[in-house]
Amino acid sequence: MTFNSLLYSIDSQVLTITLNRPDAYNACNEELTNELQQAFAAASSDDTVRTIILTGAGKAFCSGQDLKDAPSGSSKRSLADSLQRRYNPIIRAIREIPKPVIAGINGVAAGAGLSLALACDMRIMSASARLVEAFIGIALVPDSGATFFYSRMLGYSKAFEFATLNKPILAADALQLGLVNYVFHPSAFVESLLAIALQYAKGPTQTYGYVKYLLQQGANMPLNNMLEMEVDYQQRAGESKDYTEGVKAFIEKRAPNFSGE
Amino acid sequence: MEFTCIRTYSPAQGVGVVQINRPAAMNALNLQTMIEIVDAFSAYDSDPEIRCLVIHGNEKAFAAGADIKEMSGANAIEMLERDQFARWERIRQIKKPIIAAVSGFALGGGCELAMLCDMIVASETAQFGQPEINIGVMPGAGGTQRLTRAVGKALAMEIVLTGRMISAAEAKRVNLVNSVVPVEGYLYESIALAREVASKAPIALKLAKESVLKAFSSTLEGGLEFERKNFYMLFASDDQKEGMSAFVEKRKPQWSGK
Repeated sequence: MTFNSLLYSIDSQVLTITLNRPDAYNACNEELTNELQQAFAAASSDDTVRTIILTGAGKAFCSGQDLKDAPSGSSKRSLADSLQRRYNPIIRAIREIPKPVIAGINGVAAGAGLSLALACDMRIMSASARLVEAFIGIALVPDSGATFFYSRMLGYSKAFEFATLNKPILAADALQLGLVNYVFHPSAFVESLLAIALQYAKGPTQTYGYVKYLLQQGANMPLNNMLEMEVDYQQRAGESKDYTEGVKAFIEKRAPNFSGE
Repeated sequence: MEFTCIRTYSPAQGVGVVQINRPAAMNALNLQTMIEIVDAFSAYDSDPEIRCLVIHGNEKAFAAGADIKEMSGANAIEMLERDQFARWERIRQIKKPIIAAVSGFALGGGCELAMLCDMIVASETAQFGQPEINIGVMPGAGGTQRLTRAVGKALAMEIVLTGRMISAAEAKRVNLVNSVVPVEGYLYESIALAREVASKAPIALKLAKESVLKAFSSTLEGGLEFERKNFYMLFASDDQKEGMSAFVEKRKPQWSGK
């Protein structure tokens, strides 16, 4: 598969999607958002992909919408159209793909770029990176799921502060606020990120997909609904090859060798 | 140098690593292991190519205590004669910064060894403890002193008197360790930290380490005087001239270590 604004590379069942417009701090132009949609669609149907890393080339993770990427002709860009056609499908794809998606926040994640990172299942951050809300700076509301993610991850009060003050969050604070899972020294970042992704790629992929779905539902559902859904999904998980292998390995006192099925 | 209980390697410029390598014994610190650690550290300390040290075990154990079998039959006079903890003093005199990369158990002597280092990077699976009380003795290689200085009296008492282990997360909360990362990344993280330290001016590193440690053994007044003299002393170094010129000229300094 060939892309122009991103890199798509699979190694040891880990797919790394690298936003690759380093000179523009990986800002999202039309091409990049198009390619992200294609990349997640391809990853979804590729069984050899068991974990996905989303990261950026160069200094930035992603600086959000490329404000210099003006639509052709003189027509003013419709923000509504841009969200519905370009960004929202990516956010849905990240949340719905039944495999772990890890954001590797190598540098600044701003605006919609931050939303991309927050949509992932885990965030691993370089100590030199920072998170910037950015939207309010140009008098826009947070989008691409940001209002959902901020309020759930930070609570209303902190979320309001973050969305209105436009004050960057540094790595140590992001860790303390629970916005990211781990922070690594910049020169340990890439190797550690890959090592963690590799662990996930060796895990029970199908079950990870169920966990992902259930936890997302659990955030919005009453307990009774979740109890019912757990019954259904536990039954399915129990029918997986990995369940059989997991139990066998436990009895034989060895590490399980999960196939992802 | 030939080692049987440890392994030494240099994963990055300026960084010298010691791995405690007795996995079958959970890296228990027997006499031979301590001799080898001291020898390796001393060699690194006098090697001008090495500027920062790292010590680690394996994922399951940093070091699970002293070798109890080696000690169990000894009487007090034999222990005094053997004076095994004297070797630990030599580690205290190492002038270059030492980082402990701890995963799994750091118990008894293992916890004391980690605390003897200047910084600790822990994996999520790390567990720290001084369980000596459970076998009828007490910490003997700095545990009661360094733990108390690191986490305060109340918690140190609890750990020493009950033998309770504390998790990596709790160790971070009480400032016993610098950072906690997943086990897959703890060595990378430790080596990255060591590389960063190793990129600084070597003489300033040594005098700064010595000055911070002085805080534990002096009055404030004595420590401040000591610090000031070390600060002035650095103005005799080429690296002070280089560092300050580079800052003014807005370029990266090139340290000569002189």
